This record gives sequence, C-alpha cells and structure tokens, in this order.
Amino acid sequence: MTLTADDVKKIAHLARLGINQQNIASYTKDLSGMLQLMTQMSETNTDGVLPMAHPMDQTQRLRADEVTENNNRNNFQAIAPQIEDGLYLVPKVIE
Amino acid sequence: MHTKSIKELAEGLRSGEFSSVELTQSFLTRIKQHQSLNCFISVTEDLALHAAKQADGRIAKGDTSLLTGIPIAQKDIFCTQGVKTTCGSKMLDNFVAPYNATVVEKLNAAGAVMLGKLNMDEFAMGSSNETSYYGAVRNPWQTDSVPGGSSGGSAAAVAARLAVCATGTDTGGSIRQPAAHCGITGLKPTYGRVSRYGMIAYASSLDQGGPMARSAADCAVLLQTMAGFDGKDSTSVDLPVPDYQAGLNANLNGLKIGLPKEFFGDGLNSNVAAVIELAIKEYQKLGATVKEVSMPNLKLAIPAYYVIAPAECSANLSRFDGVRFGYRCANPQDLTDLYTRSRGEGFGKEVKRRILMGTYALSAGYYDAYYIKAQKIRRLISEDFKKSLADVDVIMGPVTPSTAFGIGEKIGNPIEMYLSDIYTIAINLAGLPAMSIPAGFAEGKPVGLQVIGNYFAEDKLLNIAHQYQQATDWHQQIPKGFE
Amino acid sequence: MGHHQEHEWETVIGLEIHTQLATQSKIFSGAATAYGAEPNTQACAVDLGLPGVLPVLNGQAVSMAVKFGLAIEAEIAPHSVFARKNYFYPDLPKGYQISQFELPIVGKGHLDIDVDGTTKRIGITRAHLEEDAGKSLHESFHGMSGIDLNRAGTPLLEIVSEPEMRSAKEAVAYMRKIHELVRYLGICDGNMQEGSFRCDANVSVRPKGQEEFGTRAEIKNINSFKFVEKAINHEVERQIELIENGGKVVQETRLYDANKDETRSMRSKEEANDYRYFPDPDLLPVHISEEFKEQIKGQLPELPDAKKLRFKGQYQLDDENAVILTASRQLADYFEALVKESTCEAKLCANWITGDLVAVLNKADLDITQSPVNYQRLAGLLLRISDDTISGKIAKQVFEAMWNSTATADDIIAEKGLKQITDTGAIEAIIDKIIADNPDQVEQYLSGKDKVFGFFVGQVMKDMQGKANPAEVNKMLKIKLK
Repeated sequence: MTLTADDVKKIAHLARLGINQQNIASYTKDLSGMLQLMTQMSETNTDGVLPMAHPMDQTQRLRADEVTENNNRNNFQAIAPQIEDGLYLVPKVIE
Repeated sequence: MHTKSIKELAEGLRSGEFSSVELTQSFLTRIKQHQSLNCFISVTEDLALHAAKQADGRIAKGDTSLLTGIPIAQKDIFCTQGVKTTCGSKMLDNFVAPYNATVVEKLNAAGAVMLGKLNMDEFAMGSSNETSYYGAVRNPWQTDSVPGGSSGGSAAAVAARLAVCATGTDTGGSIRQPAAHCGITGLKPTYGRVSRYGMIAYASSLDQGGPMARSAADCAVLLQTMAGFDGKDSTSVDLPVPDYQAGLNANLNGLKIGLPKEFFGDGLNSNVAAVIELAIKEYQKLGATVKEVSMPNLKLAIPAYYVIAPAECSANLSRFDGVRFGYRCANPQDLTDLYTRSRGEGFGKEVKRRILMGTYALSAGYYDAYYIKAQKIRRLISEDFKKSLADVDVIMGPVTPSTAFGIGEKIGNPIEMYLSDIYTIAINLAGLPAMSIPAGFAEGKPVGLQVIGNYFAEDKLLNIAHQYQQATDWHQQIPKGFE
Repeated sequence: MGHHQEHEWETVIGLEIHTQLATQSKIFSGAATAYGAEPNTQACAVDLGLPGVLPVLNGQAVSMAVKFGLAIEAEIAPHSVFARKNYFYPDLPKGYQISQFELPIVGKGHLDIDVDGTTKRIGITRAHLEEDAGKSLHESFHGMSGIDLNRAGTPLLEIVSEPEMRSAKEAVAYMRKIHELVRYLGICDGNMQEGSFRCDANVSVRPKGQEEFGTRAEIKNINSFKFVEKAINHEVERQIELIENGGKVVQETRLYDANKDETRSMRSKEEANDYRYFPDPDLLPVHISEEFKEQIKGQLPELPDAKKLRFKGQYQLDDENAVILTASRQLADYFEALVKESTCEAKLCANWITGDLVAVLNKADLDITQSPVNYQRLAGLLLRISDDTISGKIAKQVFEAMWNSTATADDIIAEKGLKQITDTGAIEAIIDKIIADNPDQVEQYLSGKDKVFGFFVGQVMKDMQGKANPAEVNKMLKIKLK
C-alpha cells in the first residue's frame, strides 16, 4: 500500500494540518514506508480475536453529579490568543 | 552532595549536614555548568529556592517524607501551575499551565523541590530527543550521541547528576530506552498505576508516567509518591499502593526468569547481547532460574503501535487549534486558515507525520484494515505476555537493540528509528510494568537490562532491580566530566 | 403542497432529538450546567479541552439515559462505549465530540403516537449519550465570531427514530410525545427556547408504492414544534418540486430559516464529513448491571399513556380532559391532589383545571408548579360550588380574587358577601317586584314569546347581584308567570 501526494494532501486537510508544498513528497514517502510496515499485520490471522482498546479489563467509574468547579475564566483566558467580553475570538464562523 | 542517594540526602537534611536550600543551590549551579547538554527547557530557580526554604521549614518541624527538600525535575509534559509547560513543542512555547498535573501536585505536597522542566521529544514522539522544538539533548556519556527519547532530558539530567531524580513518561519505551542509553534506572509502571491527569496526552491508552533515577531504591521512593488512584483519571486503577521500600530487600532465591527468544534474535547488537547475558548470569548467581519463553507476535508490535498511537494522537492533538491557548498563526484569513497554519507552523515534522498516519488509519474505508486490525494484534501480543508470565515471574531482555546512536544519525530515517523500539513497545500495548536497569557498557556507552513483570508487580520489579544493584555497581558509574 | 400531485408522493421522516439531561454538572466535568451564565464562566479546564485534562463520566447522566431506555421498552446495553467524533469547529474545543457510535447505551425501543384518532407505533433505533458543543456568537467583533463554551460538555441524550413517520403531522406528534416523556421522567426540562430540546429531521420523498427510500436531506437544529412542521413541509415541497422538474435531491445538511420559512444548504458543514469515530481511550466501557437496571426501574414514574388510561377509567374523564391533564406529570399530580382534597366530583375538578386554571396559567406564561392558586385553595372553592354555597358563575369571580390574593375561597365569599341566596322568601319578593315593574315584558311572555323568560332571569339575578340560586329562580319565575 502506497500513498500519493494527493492522498497526503487530503489527509492533511482532514487533520487541518498545513504542510509546505516542498515537504509533501517526503511525507508521502514516510507514510508509505509506515504502511509498508503494516502489511505484516494483514498477513496475520486474527479471526475471532476481540479488538483490545484498553490494557485493563475494567469498566468506567461513575462520578457523583456535583458541581465542583468554580468560575476560573480570568485564569483560563489569560493564556488565550484573542478574547473580548469573555469570549474567545476566531475568524468569522459561516454557517 | 550530587552523588548521594535520596535516602542519604534525606538523612543529611534531617541531621543538618546541609539544608535543602544549599542542596538545591548546588544542583542549580551544576545545571548552569552543564547547560550544553540542553537537558532543561525551563529552570525554575526562584521557585526552587522558595520551595527549598519551605522544605527546610518542614524538616525543622519534623513534618517530612523522604522526598522533602530533595531537588527533582519534571519532564515538560507534566502541567505545572504558573510555569511554562511546552511538551517540547513550539505549539506550547507560550503555554503557562493554569493547573498542576496530579503527579506534580503529589510531589509538591511531599515537599520535593522542582528545579525545572526537562527537555523531551515534541509531544513525546521520538526516540532520540531530536524532535524537540528546543533542540536535541546530548548524552552525557558521549555528547555527540542521543540520550534516547522521549524522556531524554530526564535521563540525561539524572545521569549527569543535574537532578537527584526525575519524572518521565513512557508510551512506547520513552522511560526505559533513554534510561538504558544514559545508564540510569527507569520504571514504566502498569497502565493505570500513575495518574495521567495533567500529563499532556500522546496516546492515551499507552501513556504512563514513571520514575527515573540512579537506582531502584530511588525509583521506589519516587514511585511511592507518584503512584495511586486519582478520581480525575477514569483509567486510574483503584488499588492500594504497596510500600515499595519494604519489599526491596527480599532475596531472589527461586526467582523464575523468562527469556523470550524473540528478544535475542537478529538485529540485536552482539556487544549488547553479551552485556545482557552477563546480567542474567548475575541473577542466576543470586538464586534465579532461567527459562526460554516465546513471544511469537512480538514483531507485530511495531506496526500495531504505529497505528494505535498515531490514531489516538491524531485526536488528542486536535485541541491545539490556536483558539483557546498555545500558538496561533499571524493574521488568519478564515477559520480553515487559522487551523491549518496554527497547526502547520506550531507542530514539528514527527508530530505531523504521526497525526497524518493516525488520521489516515481512522479515515473512512481504512478503519477496519488498520485500527481494528491493530487492536486485535494488540490482544494477541497481550496474550503472549499472559502466557509467558503464567510460567515465569518476570521476563528479561535488552531494552534496545544497540547503544545510543549519534545525533543526526537516524533522524532522516523515521522508519529505522521506529524499528529500534522493538523491545519496549509491546510492553505498552499489554499495559505491563517494566524497568530498565544499568547492566554494563558496550562501545563505551551504557546498556540497559529490561525486566518485565506482571500487572501491578512494580514492587517485585524494584526488588529484583535493587538486589542486582546490591551486587553490581553499574548504576553508580558517573559519566566523565560530571563527577 | 397544493399544486403538486401529492397523491403520487410519500414522505419519509426520521427524527434525531437532542435532549439536554437535567443534571447539575456536566457529563465529563464538575462544571455547572445552569443556563444563562456569563460567557465562559461555566467552562472548566475539561470543558475547554486544555492540555492534559481528562473526562470522568457523570453517573446521573447514565441513570437518566437508562431511565429513558426503560420507558421506551428498549434494550439497555450491558456494555456501551464512548467514541470520539472528530471534526474541527470553534465551538468544539477538543476537536472531537465525545459521543457513542457503535455501542450506544440504549438500543431498539418504541413509542406510540396518536394522529387523527389512530395510534401508530414509531420505532426508536437508539439513544446515545454525548456532550453538547459550545456556541458561536455572530455579532460583530470586528468581523470575528465570539465563542462561548459554557454549554460545552452539557450532557445530551440523542434519540434517533426509525424513518417511520409519513407526514409532518406525525413528526410533530412524535416530537411532542418524546417531549412529554422526557419531562415525565424528569430527565430534561424540555425548554425549547433555551435549547434543552432540539431536533434534526431527516426528510425524503419517494413515489408511492416504491419500497426503497429516496435521498434524504437533514434539516438541522429545529427548536419548536411549529417550526418542525413548517420546515418539514417546506422541505418536502422543495424535494418534490426538484424531482418533478427533473432534478435530483442531494444528500446534504440544510438549515431551516424561520424568518424566511425556507431551508438552505449548509455548505460549510458539507465538506469532508469523515468523522473518524474510534473508542475514546480516556474512558472505559460503561457497564450496566441487572441490579442497576432494576433499581432505575423502581424509580420510573407512571408513564403518560398508562396515566391517561387510568384517568379515563378511574375518574370517568373524557378523552380531551385526560389528554390535557396528563400532558405533564405536575398537572396530573395537581389534578389528583385536587380530587382528593376537595372530595368533589372528578369531572368538576377536571373542568376547572382544563378550563379556567390552564387558561390563566397560559395567559400568565406560568406552569402548574408556579400556579398562584394551589390545589388546596382551589379545593376550597370547588367545595363551595358542590355544596351550593355559590353558583358556578360567582365561583369564577371568587377564583379571580383568589388568583390575585392569598385568601381562601371562604374568606372571599364572606368578605364580598357572595353567598348564594336560597331563601325562597327573598327570591319571591324580588320576582314579584320585577314582574310588577315590567308589565310589557309580562304581556309578551304570556302571548307566547318564550325568549323573554331569559330577561326575567337576568333581571332577578342582577337585582340579587348574581347570588340567587339560579335553579330556584327558574323554578319560581315559571310559577309566577303562569
């Protein structure tokens, strides 16, 4: 399995990742190399094997429904790139 | 002072031989002297001296733990309130965390003195520390070699005696491999043993924080404070933490060691192999018996890991979007431009590579072939370990196939770099605890012995490592120029 | 749809209803969920998706989802899994929404709706837990948008129906039924203005008789029953017109514009709809045990359909009253408390609630729990109607006074001297006087103009300030005018 430069551009857009035009070729090569590694997996029979999402065979703990967090807006917005009237500003959202 | 163990330092502090301020000052001086190693991203001198003063006050009142007043350093992946937390990335070069990671909170509460934040591969993605936005870290044993990664700053700082001990994180070997390359002792605990809250996520189902120190005894002290249940982390395991000090001195008579033949096959440097074999002989002298075990799916660990970890990271790193914190590109034209340029300019090449790989593996039409397949392989690997650990107490082998490679040697060939993690990655997939113990030298560079235990057998691993360190002095070797 | 050959087309509708669960704190954090706070003051580190923070699941949200599942007789998954739905949007702080995909907590269930006197069973495909997103505010901030993340992380239960509704009317009936149910269960406040209850409609048309579905359009975020009907009807019309003119419906997301009464394509959401769902590694599978299910079952209230049936039987109510009285649990409780307290006829109680009380509550925009006249006071009034102390007409006057004060019916009756006069002597004296004063009308009545009888009743009642017992007045007038 190898990727094309177009594939890489498509994936990069999905991930909203700006990539310089001149680097596309090297990403294409690296990703194709990684996919080459993956072929070993497809050669392995995994019929009847359950996918393992977590190392521990445990179930989710449930939290009590209590308000434990107070307003901390000033601290959180002190590290924000652009704010006004308590809102985070972004280029206009068009719906 | 910088060569003493935590226990010796704690005694010195209590007997008044030296104060925490003096101790801290001496480490701060060493950090300045050895800046060229590039171990630290931030040195928090004022905070450290303030904390040391408070520790001295606590010691005077007798309100202490073993870590009170001990200068340590935090991998820059742990959020530290009021202190820049970069994760080795330009993306977070301006990020002053508004809260402490649970690990940081616990170490602070114990009175440990934080000297600063340690360099690391960007977002913990890398095996050489070369992907850091803040530049490569040098290996104190051979300064043109890498210290390993991603906790390279931690390993190099401890090896060069710039901190008594340090925190690290291990997603595919990031504690063990740099510990091996720098000749220190590192422990990756069982997944869930140490809280991940405030530890910036790379691959959530694999990430685990752990101690890095010169000896197993020091690791035991550090882990004692780091470990334990945390209600803020859903994957944290609610089990009591044993007294790690108490178990260190049990003798190893009858210990059953499993040696997976796959750990000793092609690709293992013969000089490294020789060191490992000697270390195992040492264990036999200590009363252990040896048995061959098999890990038939070991070679599949790398491809499975490079699907699962990138998949998780591709989502984990989506929050870095230039909206609420972190790097934001100049003059974004529209929303898409804001996202693509902030992320394009803020992330380095290895991070982008893994985000792309993960995005691809999860995308429509490939999910089953890559992600689900990798999760199935993950189970096969986990079963391999389960089977082996039913027969033996621990599994031993090398941490890395060769000693530390040269800076710049592998960075151009990511696949080759990935393959060098063959002995560590499988352990993360299974979620097991494992250690790297200094076991000797090859080509003048340290070699680490890996000891893999059953779930929550950290006490056993520390005991096994400590007994070896009572019989050998590899862990006490200091690189030239750092005595 | 008038000008279309509508008999040739069949509409197919499926609804996705988002209900905000009425928890105190968010689904994965300890921040408050209260509506209307200053922007970003209820967004904690977890809601903001700051680096390193982790989600921990709110047990109450799980209980509420299970409660809903049991109420629609659905399968409750013993193991359900949270997944990440990946997309970039400024109101989505983490770049992914924590939702459920392959293994939702509530599986197949169903709900019966009544439309035009017939009952139809609508299948519910699933209901899953997820976190809400924040809000983008488009007022001008120098040409930028402002992001408020207070709502981010509010628990949602998304209820997905089968595409089994065949008209906008059915869709509205279904939506109303879900609305009634979630409020009965106490899992959602149902406030549509505040966005606690929202709906997306999947709409398609197909030639009648055709088995396979047409291409559907998804109409997003419809926040009133009226708009659901209008938006669907408009969309159906658009699709039919498009097809009849030789065009093709494309699968897309459309937004209903209530001002223009039209739907328009949301191109911004169209591109690259590849959500890359995968299990969230920060959360573990949710286990629902049989004991847990039983425990929740024990907490289930009597559900609307059962209550309606019981009201009709136990209280001999007609269909209309039963429907109105069971529209909310609180109204039904008020009714039953009133019957018990007043010991009056259930029908009298029902009529007073569905008539006078509901009318003034609606006018004042209050719900029954905010009624200034509680059931105890209303019972006092009804008691005086039953024992003939006052007439129904006077009762309305007393009720109005009660609405505007805290006095009891008896106090008001006494204070205003509204007690009904049943003393035949007094009534007789007035009747004699009225007859004497109006000889012309007497003449007319006697010559066969029966209508004039009403005039005499009116005059007597007027003279007695309405306090005369009407039955007694009627009886005596008839005798006197013979």
